[in-house]
Amino acid sequence: MDQHGHGHLGDELLRLSEVSVRLAGREILHGVSFTIRPGEFTGLIGPNGAGKTTLLRVILGLQPAASGTVDAGGPLRTSRAGRAGRGGRGPLIGYVPQKLMIDPDMPLRVRDVVALGLDGHKLGFRFPSRARRDLVSQALRDVGAHRYADARIGDLSGGEQQRVLIAHALISRPHLLLLDEPLASLDMPSAQGIVTLLARLAREQRVAVLVSAHDMNPLVPVMDRIVYVAAGRAAVGSCEEVVRTDVLSRLYGHHVDVLRVHGRILVVAGTGTGTGAGSPGEPGVPGVTGAVAVHAGTVPDEAGHLATDEAGHLGEDASPEPLGPARRGGVA
Amino acid sequence: MGHVLSYVFAPGLLGSGPVRAAALVGAVVAITSGVVGVFTVTRGQSFAGHSLADVSTAGGSGAFLAGLSQFWGFLAFGVGAAAFMELTGVQRRRGRDVATGVVLGAALGAAALFLYLGAETTSRSGASFTVLFGSIFVISPATVPALVACGLLALLTVVALSRMLLLSTLSADIAAARGVPVRAVGAAYLMALAVAVSLSAVVIGAVLSTALLIGPAATALRVAKSPGRAMVTAALTGLAATWAGIVLAYDSYYWPPRGHGWPVSFFVVALVVTFYLLSYVPRGRAGSGPGRRRDGAREGPAAPGGHRFPAAGAPAGRDTG
Amino acid sequence: MFTGLMMNTWITATVVAVIAGVVGFFAVLRGSTFAAHAVPNGAFAGAAGANLLGVNVIAGLAAFAVAGALAIGALGRRARHDVATALALVMMLGLGALFVGVSSAYAAETYSLLFGEVFGVASTEVLPIAGLGAACITAVAILFRPLMLSSAMPEVAEARGVRSGVMEICFLLVLAMTATMTVPVVGALLMFSLMIGPPAAARSFTARPGFAMALSVCFALVTVWTGIAVAQATSWPLGFFVGVMGAAFYLAGRGWAAWRRTRAVRHAAGVPSAA
Repeated sequence: MDQHGHGHLGDELLRLSEVSVRLAGREILHGVSFTIRPGEFTGLIGPNGAGKTTLLRVILGLQPAASGTVDAGGPLRTSRAGRAGRGGRGPLIGYVPQKLMIDPDMPLRVRDVVALGLDGHKLGFRFPSRARRDLVSQALRDVGAHRYADARIGDLSGGEQQRVLIAHALISRPHLLLLDEPLASLDMPSAQGIVTLLARLAREQRVAVLVSAHDMNPLVPVMDRIVYVAAGRAAVGSCEEVVRTDVLSRLYGHHVDVLRVHGRILVVAGTGTGTGAGSPGEPGVPGVTGAVAVHAGTVPDEAGHLATDEAGHLGEDASPEPLGPARRGGVA
Repeated sequence: MGHVLSYVFAPGLLGSGPVRAAALVGAVVAITSGVVGVFTVTRGQSFAGHSLADVSTAGGSGAFLAGLSQFWGFLAFGVGAAAFMELTGVQRRRGRDVATGVVLGAALGAAALFLYLGAETTSRSGASFTVLFGSIFVISPATVPALVACGLLALLTVVALSRMLLLSTLSADIAAARGVPVRAVGAAYLMALAVAVSLSAVVIGAVLSTALLIGPAATALRVAKSPGRAMVTAALTGLAATWAGIVLAYDSYYWPPRGHGWPVSFFVVALVVTFYLLSYVPRGRAGSGPGRRRDGAREGPAAPGGHRFPAAGAPAGRDTG
Repeated sequence: MFTGLMMNTWITATVVAVIAGVVGFFAVLRGSTFAAHAVPNGAFAGAAGANLLGVNVIAGLAAFAVAGALAIGALGRRARHDVATALALVMMLGLGALFVGVSSAYAAETYSLLFGEVFGVASTEVLPIAGLGAACITAVAILFRPLMLSSAMPEVAEARGVRSGVMEICFLLVLAMTATMTVPVVGALLMFSLMIGPPAAARSFTARPGFAMALSVCFALVTVWTGIAVAQATSWPLGFFVGVMGAAFYLAGRGWAAWRRTRAVRHAAGVPSAA
């Protein structure tokens, strides 16, 4: 144990142990445990409302975990910035949040946004220097955004802004890059482009990447590990280990089928009896029973995700039904 | 040429003590308001900025009632209201606007009372006008150093915080994750705003200080793309409007109705609004409509001044894909 | 207290409160708090100008209120709404400053235009004010459903053919009409207290629109009636009581909502989380 009482993490960047997470007073995730090592590409996958964003916020230190520990030991940093809000000497984390609504008025060019990634957390005024300008240009080239370096940030499309924010997060050379649903509002080619970019950056700059998404398919080729969250719990492992009928059925608490169709993965509520745990009222499983769980890889979420209310809580509207006579789930 | 100059600069202008004081204080106020205003507009706090001005009216009229210098009254109420707003900060934008409006209403009610009582107890009946519309030509020389100091303090605070403010306005989450004390930065900025607004309330009146806060900043945001350029442009625009306003107000002494003079606040506001409307005159390549483009199909960086605002209510940057 | 001249005051104030309650309900719903503040202030400039020119004050009020409303609408299409409102507001007020500064209007005129002079309502003015009030109510009644839809769910409204730009202009014009009739009574700076505090409070007590509007009118009436009575007794300005009572109602509403929320959370926490 070091002086902060944290376990020594060796070469791990981040370790979550039995973390549970609350949103608006309700526990939406519990017992989440996984580690991230330098250079790893991890996918945080799950349907909308499963608690992915909240978990990321806990990792960043933006809100506290309801229980469990988030350990960010690891390589010592001399820079104060991005230390996951924990006051320790954690790894440097770069963060790309979900869907920024950027004002058209915002007096920031693309290169200004990226420059803020270097020192946006500092007081005072820095006169522009050649060195900084070059750093910014290089970061923009790395993400393929150099063409519009002088455009106003509010003028860009979603995909373009995404790239700029990635450059902003990367310019301070973080150890870990966190992206919250970066692919959600992009079309297929753009999403593919971002994934390719992230994989390349992870390789070239030895940055660990943690990406949350509700559709795992674009990420399957590049993920080293998947953290699959659903029904309040998480399953951790490689894609082959986790994305399987028996594992996910146990996770969801009722039968789901994992289908591989034309190289894509579909998770679909199936017929047949329930497997394993998950009867109504089981402690720790929020009331997901009989709700149609359709987690289709390539179909928009509107086609039936778990019944959630606005705050992403599960089960408030799902009427409890006994397992057994199966609900026919729609195939998306 | 000399004849024209003497027509514009009426006799005695540059030699007049009150005018010089007005020019100095006006300059400080204009520059401070312009720079602070850039952040006010960007953060969508125009109503809060305006309300602080009106709230400080209550302070000014209270000070008038108590026989104190109006500036300190403005300042006390302005800063107090800002603190109150920060403490009771409501998350949703609309909730915040309504709360601001209610505070504004209550403060104006108090102002009504103070002015009424003031008029009853003293015989100075012109107080309504000066409190509401400014008294730049009758600033007592004793308060000039205090005014200038306060202005510079507010200006320096905002400049020092500018990067953190920009980052937290771009995304509060990114800023917080980077270790920026978002709440504290916002509060400090609100205080600077209150001071800037109180100052301009003294100069051109509580009711019109919004003009110096919002006008030059809105103009600058239309023509400048980077934060530094926006702040400089706002400062210069405000300065030009204020100085020209002072000159014109002085000259207007000779305009009908003779011997009366038109209020400086009118000129300043008229100029500020004129500059803003001028910024709509197309410059260079006009923008091609709302800022939605297919990813990867952009034609290149937008020309300066060619920026187009998307239709009201439509957030920019949402991918069409 | 209920003599002839005072009757004018009661009648006028009642009409004002009803209109403020109804229009204010929409103002709060649409988040147009700033516009609700700006348009009456613009009206003030018109009254000052009318004074200067010796023209009918109500005409001046109306002209400037409508001009202000249209300016906000026009600018609001190009720039953000709050910037457009702020600039339209200061444009109007700057002119007002000019008119007041140049005319030999003495301070009391300025004061009453800004803070209200309900006790000076002449019998000849009651009818026009009541007429304008009726016109406002009629306009709101006609526009009620599209306005509700467009205020609460703009995208759905667009899909049903209700253009939000058109509704915005309509609402601003209703606001202008409201301003015209209320500024002489409650004053430019305080008319909007009546339009914000009571409706905001009403929304805290109920979610049903019809009931909320009725409640908002009730609160506004209580505010105005109490205000007049106390203002008469103390000869303090009516605007003071309106501002303070509006705030009091609003705080009461917030307090009620907060209390209900803590009760709900406590209730939810007590129930086991499994369905």
